[in-house]
Amino acid sequence: MIDYRPELIQKLTHLWDAGREGLFKKSPGLFNSFREEAFSTFLSLGLPDKKNEAYKYTDLDKFFSYDYRGYYVPSTADYTQAERFKCEVEDLDVWNIVLMNGFYPHSDQGLMMLPGGFWAGSMTAAAKQFPGLIQRHYNKYVTNDKDGLVHLNTALASDGLFIYAPKGTTISKPLQIVNLVHSDRDIFVQDRNLIVVEEGADLTLLVCDHALSPQHFLTNTVTEVYVGQNARFNIIRVQNQHNDAGKITQTFIHQERDSYASSNNITLHGGLVRNATYHTLAGENAETHSYGLFLSDKSQHTANYVFVDHSAPHCNSTQLFKGVLDDDATGAFNGRILVRPLAQGTNAYQANNNILMTPEAKMSTKPQLEIFADDVKCSHGATVGQLDEEALFYLRSRGIDEREARLMMMFGFAHEVIQNIHIEALRERIDTLVMQRLRGELSRCASCAIKCN
Amino acid sequence: MNNSFLLQIKDLKATIDNKEILKGLNLEVKPGEIHAIMGPNGSGKSTLASVLTGREIAQVTHGSVSFDGKDLLSLSPEERAREGIFLSFQYPIEIPGVSMVNFMKTAVNEQRKHRGLDPLSASDFLKLMREKKELVEIDSALTNRSVNEGFSGGEKKKNEIFQMAMLEPRLSILDETDSGLDIDALRIVANGVNKIRKPDTSVIVITHYQRLLDYIVPDVVHVLYNGRIVRTAGKELALELEERGYDWIKREADNVEA
Ligand SMILES: Nc1ncnc2c1ncn2[C@@H]1O[C@H](COP(=O)(O)OP(=O)(O)O)[C@@H](O)[C@H]1O
Ligand SMILES: [Mg+2]
Repeated sequence: MIDYRPELIQKLTHLWDAGREGLFKKSPGLFNSFREEAFSTFLSLGLPDKKNEAYKYTDLDKFFSYDYRGYYVPSTADYTQAERFKCEVEDLDVWNIVLMNGFYPHSDQGLMMLPGGFWAGSMTAAAKQFPGLIQRHYNKYVTNDKDGLVHLNTALASDGLFIYAPKGTTISKPLQIVNLVHSDRDIFVQDRNLIVVEEGADLTLLVCDHALSPQHFLTNTVTEVYVGQNARFNIIRVQNQHNDAGKITQTFIHQERDSYASSNNITLHGGLVRNATYHTLAGENAETHSYGLFLSDKSQHTANYVFVDHSAPHCNSTQLFKGVLDDDATGAFNGRILVRPLAQGTNAYQANNNILMTPEAKMSTKPQLEIFADDVKCSHGATVGQLDEEALFYLRSRGIDEREARLMMMFGFAHEVIQNIHIEALRERIDTLVMQRLRGELSRCASCAIKCN
Repeated sequence: MNNSFLLQIKDLKATIDNKEILKGLNLEVKPGEIHAIMGPNGSGKSTLASVLTGREIAQVTHGSVSFDGKDLLSLSPEERAREGIFLSFQYPIEIPGVSMVNFMKTAVNEQRKHRGLDPLSASDFLKLMREKKELVEIDSALTNRSVNEGFSGGEKKKNEIFQMAMLEPRLSILDETDSGLDIDALRIVANGVNKIRKPDTSVIVITHYQRLLDYIVPDVVHVLYNGRIVRTAGKELALELEERGYDWIKREADNVEA
C-alpha cells in the first residue's frame, strides 16, 4: 500500500505557505491569532487515521489525495448564482440565506438583521461589529484537541457564517442556510461558523448542501454553537451531494443550564460524509438530542460520530442514528457518552440501527460509555442486519406484495429519525426524497444539475 | 363435490427445522361454516395457520390444500391474502415507523386491485376506517400510531379483528385471539367477528377455551393433537373438553398410535 500521508501533509503545507499572506491580510486579527499555533498542532497530529479511535472505520485518504489547489474565495459570479438559487421545497416558510461553498457571499456588506432581532452574516463582518462577543465565543467550544482536522480548520478557514440570537429573541420561522457547492476545479473548502443563542432565545437552523458541479470537493467544516441558559436551538442538516463530494463536519454544541438543543443529520447522498456532533451539557437540567439518518449505496462511506459530555447534574440526552446501506456502501457509528462524577441524575440513551441491503455492505458500530457518577440511567443498543422477516410476513399476509412491504418497512425504519423534524413541510419533503431513493427513483433534488452515477 | 368446499386439506404433512409437526392432517370447511380447532400446546395449531398463510417457517412435505378450487400451496402469502385468507396472529408483531393508516390503505387497495376495482379515494378510505373502528370498538388514537407499536396485548388482538373487518376475508383463521383478553374485550372481539361475517364466509377458531365459543358458535369442533386431527364432533365436544381436559384424548390417541 502506498502511504499518501507525508505527501498529503506536504501538499497542505504548500497550501498554507502559499495562501498565508493573503489570509492574514484579509482576516480579522482575532482569527489570525490562533492560526500559527493551530497549524503547527495540525502538523504534529497529522490527518486522523485508523489509529484514532474516532476514525477507526473511516478512511479519509482518498478524498485528501485529490489535487486541490489553493483556497476557495467567492467571486462575483458566485454571488449572482447564489442569488438566483431557489429552494424547491414547497410551502417551506423560512428565512433564507444562500452560501457559496460555505461562504457568505456578501462578506463586505456587514451583518444583516432579521425580524425578531437576529443577526446573520459573515464571520469577518461579525468580528468588526461584535468584537467582544466574538472574542468571548470564538474557538471556545472546540472540545476535541486530538483531531487534526479541527486545527487545520482553525488555521486555514478564511471565513464562515455567523448567526447571533441575542438574549430573549425568538425567530418567527426557521432560518434556512442553503450551501451551494460549485467550482470549475477540484477544491478543498474550509469554513468556520459560529452560532450564539443567548439566554432565553430560540433558533431553528436548517442547513442544506447542494452540489452544483461535478468536480471533486472536500469540505472541512467546523461549527461552534453556544446555547445559553434556558435557550433553545435546533439544527437540521440535509446533505445531498454527489459521489465525488467529501463532506466532513464537526459541530460543537455547548449548552448552559435549562437549555434544549437538537441536531439531526440527514445524509441522502455524498461520496464521503463524516458528521461529528459534540454535545457538552455544561449546566444543570439541560436536554440534548442527536439524530442521524443516512441512505448510501455504491462505494459511499458515511460516518457519524457523537460525543455527549454530561458535565452537570440532571441532564437528559438521546442519540438515535440509523443507516440503510446498499451495494458496497460502508458506514460507521461511534457514540460516546461521558458522565462526569458531578453529573448525578443523568439520563442518557443511545440507539444505532442499520439495515444492510447486500452481503457486501458493511457497517461498524461502537458505543463508548464512560460513567463516573452513580445515579445514572443509561441505555444503549445497536443492531446491524436485514429487515425483520416476521414483520415482512405480517405485511404480506395482508395482501401487500413483497417489494412494497420491504419498501414500507425501510421507509418506516427511516421515518423514525425523520419524524423528529418539526418543520412540517421539510419533514414531508424528506419523507418523499427518502421514499424516492428507496424506490430507486431519482434521489437528488430536482435543482441538482449533476447527473452522477 | 370438491367445489362445495371452501378449504380442503388432504393428508398434510409439514416440518419445522426437519422435525415433522403436521403428520397427515385432513380438514374440510364449507362456505359459511365455523370450525373450532382445539388441542394441547405444541400440537401444531399455529403451524397449520402458518402453512395456510404461506409463512416460510414451515415446509410442506406431503399432501395438498385447495382453497376455492385453487392450489393454495402454490400461491405467495400476498396472493393468498388477496384470494381471501386472513390470519389473526397469535402474536401480532410490532412494526415501528409503518403507520396503521398507510398499512391499511395499501392492503385494502391491493385487495381491490385484485378484484378489478379502483383504489378508494382518501375520503372513502377514511370513512371505511371509521366504520370498521366502531365495529370492533378500537380506540381512534391507536390507528394513528405505527402498526401494533406500544399496543397492549388486548389492543393488539382488537387490531387484528379491525384488520379483518377492513379486508373482509372469505376464510378467517383466528389463532388464540381470545388469549389475554378480559371478558369485556372478549365480548367485543367476538361480537366484532360475528358482525363482520357474511353468510358464505368461513372461520377457523383456534382456541383452548370454551368461553370464546359461547359467542362464536362453531358448527364443528376438532381436536388437533400431535400433528393430527384426532377427534371431530359438534359443539358439545368443546364443553366436554372444558370439563375433562385433554388427557383422555391424548391417552386415546397415543394408544391408537402405539
Ligand atoms: N419457530 C419455531 N422453531 C422451531 N420449532 C417450532 C417453531 N414454531 C413451532 N415449533 C414447534 O412446532 C410444534 C408445534 O408448535 P405450534 O404449531 O406453535 O403449536 P400450537 O399452536 O398447537 O401450540 C412445537 O413442538 C413447537 O416447538
Ligand atoms: Mg399456537
